[in-house]
Amino acid sequence: MTTTPIKFYQVGSFAVGNRLLSQDDRSIQSDPDRTNALTSGHRACQGCGEALGARYALDAAMRACNDQLIAVNATGCLEVFSTPYPESSWRIPWLHSLFGNAPAVATGVAAAMKAKGRTDVRVVGQGGDGATVDIGFGALSGMFERNDDVLYICYDNEAYMNTGIQRSGATPPAARTATTQAVGDAPGNVFGQGKNLPRIAMAHEIPYVATATVADLRDLEAKVTKAMSFRGARYIHVLVPCPLGWGSASCDTLKIARLATQSALFPVFEAEKGEVTSSTPIRKLVEVEEYLKLQVRYAHLFSPTRNDAVINQLQAIANKNIARYNLMPQNAEN
Amino acid sequence: MEKPFAITLSVDSSLANHTGSWRVEKPEYVHRMPPCNNACPAGENIQNWLYIAEDGSYESAWRALIQENPFPAIMGRVCYHPCQDVCNRSFLDEAVGINSVERFLGDHAIEKGWSIPAPEKESGFKVLIIGAGPAGLSAAYHLRRLGHDVTVRDATHAPGGMMRYGIPKYRLPREILDAEINRIKDMGIKFEMNTRVDDVHVAMDEGFDALFLAIGAQLSKRAYIPASEAARILDAIKVLHDVEDGNKPLLGRKVVVYGGGNTAMDVARTAKRLGAEEAVIVYRRTRDKAPANDLEITEALEEGILVKWLSTVNHVGQHELRIEKMELDENGFPQPTGEFETLEADSLILALGQEVDFSLLGNSADLDVVDGTMSVDATMMTSHPGIFAGGDMVPADRTVTTGVGHGKKAARNIDAWLSKSSYENLKNTDLVTYEQLNSWYYTDAPHVVRERLEATRRAKDFSEVVQGLDESNALYEARRCMSCGNCFECDNCFGVCPDNAIIKLGPGKGFEINLDYCKGCGICVSECPSSSIVMVPDK
Repeated sequence: MTTTPIKFYQVGSFAVGNRLLSQDDRSIQSDPDRTNALTSGHRACQGCGEALGARYALDAAMRACNDQLIAVNATGCLEVFSTPYPESSWRIPWLHSLFGNAPAVATGVAAAMKAKGRTDVRVVGQGGDGATVDIGFGALSGMFERNDDVLYICYDNEAYMNTGIQRSGATPPAARTATTQAVGDAPGNVFGQGKNLPRIAMAHEIPYVATATVADLRDLEAKVTKAMSFRGARYIHVLVPCPLGWGSASCDTLKIARLATQSALFPVFEAEKGEVTSSTPIRKLVEVEEYLKLQVRYAHLFSPTRNDAVINQLQAIANKNIARYNLMPQNAEN
Repeated sequence: MEKPFAITLSVDSSLANHTGSWRVEKPEYVHRMPPCNNACPAGENIQNWLYIAEDGSYESAWRALIQENPFPAIMGRVCYHPCQDVCNRSFLDEAVGINSVERFLGDHAIEKGWSIPAPEKESGFKVLIIGAGPAGLSAAYHLRRLGHDVTVRDATHAPGGMMRYGIPKYRLPREILDAEINRIKDMGIKFEMNTRVDDVHVAMDEGFDALFLAIGAQLSKRAYIPASEAARILDAIKVLHDVEDGNKPLLGRKVVVYGGGNTAMDVARTAKRLGAEEAVIVYRRTRDKAPANDLEITEALEEGILVKWLSTVNHVGQHELRIEKMELDENGFPQPTGEFETLEADSLILALGQEVDFSLLGNSADLDVVDGTMSVDATMMTSHPGIFAGGDMVPADRTVTTGVGHGKKAARNIDAWLSKSSYENLKNTDLVTYEQLNSWYYTDAPHVVRERLEATRRAKDFSEVVQGLDESNALYEARRCMSCGNCFECDNCFGVCPDNAIIKLGPGKGFEINLDYCKGCGICVSECPSSSIVMVPDK
């Protein structure tokens, strides 16, 4: 684990803050003077996980570099809902170019800062899963290969939500999207395809790779802070539930992200130079079903008849994650 | 607006877009009823004083506590803590040790010598309280706080009632009892001890504007038991009273106690401490049906008290008695079996329950007595205007805490009656269940067990059996409170809002919703650990 649990019995270190904790032990988000990199008035849907994830990550990045930060954004929901002309929700220097070139633009900004001798200014590249795992993938791989001094953050909501919920390379198996309808013998997205970008990033042996979710704020803040302590190419993959695309209640965004981790469908870990260095143990293990049944994109697994074969296949993926990332260390020891 | 080169959009320009208009429901901060408060017979706001104690503000916590109950150090020892039986934390790991924190605060207050100021304004009304037990003392305290001139009369020589003459020292040390009673005495309450009131109406004629009766239930119930002439049969209340007065009753080496209530446990444990080699409790039903609190039964058994469950006393001789085995019928009532057993016994102590001694009231024919208890209305007033009653003499659970609750309720109603208004207790009925909490946010933290004297040592003298907590574990215990239904400023709502629409008002002030931007997604409600935010329709 990247965070040290605080010995505080009422809410431990799980809640955002606590009046009884010393200022140093409180999360950045609990601070009324946080940057609020993405402020009110943006046009994200009710309960948007991505809006939350972006504010969490960028506020932490700002804190880590004394507010000397430039963000480069790919096309996607985050870009569209934050900057409908003539309004902007960004309270940090922010730049948008194209769908596929955010890593390359970020590399350019980093190079420009270096040329100007402004080594104090740090660069974050960011985008959704479409921009990251599909459209901007070549540029991102190049950025990794050259070890450019950029922290790239992918907010993964597992499909192209902005354009109408089309499948991306990060869409999980069995999920229904506009382009993977719940029809036929194998309804929803197919098994065995798609890209696991955290592992691809690790294969580049860059200094730092991590996964996180909006459900564990302290973990996310710690990982961003740690990533900012490295120079070179870094990658953080944040799971951000999308109430619209996943067909979930807007109030359940954090709950669903939490169930993704507690069912082991989304392993939370970090890696340095291609090796996993730590993973966040599951606190209350649940079956994948608990996660799936809250989302309309998986409704076809439960009605009109229950599809145990597919549910079991998804459970197998979770079980593999538990073994691969040692998510149940308490069991492994016994 | 002119902008610098390559800058197209201004900072904070999105604030022009009031996304609050998307909303159909809005979140609202509420105060809901935690189960502990709901269960407290004295009506304490437990969640509130635990919350205050959590940051070490013990004096403020104690002052909040004594708004409702003037005796935290006594409560922390003798209350059977129904609050803990319903604590939502018990579904997570174990109930919060509320009673031990209460005792810590009470003891801390005595140690620091904190006092209660006399009322700022005298009302001019005079109230007489008959009976210096928990109900009478509590009423005296609350009436005095409200500015009334209070006199307490009692036939015994020291105030406390059953707290002194019924509860043994090993459960409630007398210096604790005295300290808490003296503190309320110092508020200007007059005590007239060794004063028996023979006629309540004559007392009223002395110029009192109202009267509160709390004479308790001190008459031991009797049962007809065939006995030889030499048999020694005593009465539990008398034994406990004598011990308190320093008159050691002659019990012999082997003592049998008849009854299954708390008094039976107390008197059996007292007999052991007085030197009896063996103390046996005989009770006609089973342990789970016994009226005694389970903790008291456990402590008695630990001290080597033997219990003959499902038995009745059939005949008492000089040095032995005969008991008959019983069995429960389908309705749970004990029925004789015809099987007998002989027990060695030098004395038999009857602890079969108590009745109200209405002879103390003398000429009181106009007060309604039904089934051996005094009838009172919802304001605790008897059938006679201006005469109120509470404690063991009215129908209710006969515990110290219930008595204290009656005293408070009566005091507030007497105050209203005197000023010709009415007292309305708007009880919050919005009870918080465990399912409504977001238990993810609470870490596992098992509760601190209070140390108890070793059973073998404690049965030898009257030292206090249950020990208190020190500051560090009292603080730990207080912080285990999940704050059901009331905000404890964990900042979760402030952190999880995707629209940055929660305003943090600063320590102790809580939060506010910025309705200009709140889209009504409800994440703050689902992620609130303590269920103190709800969604309401937005009009």
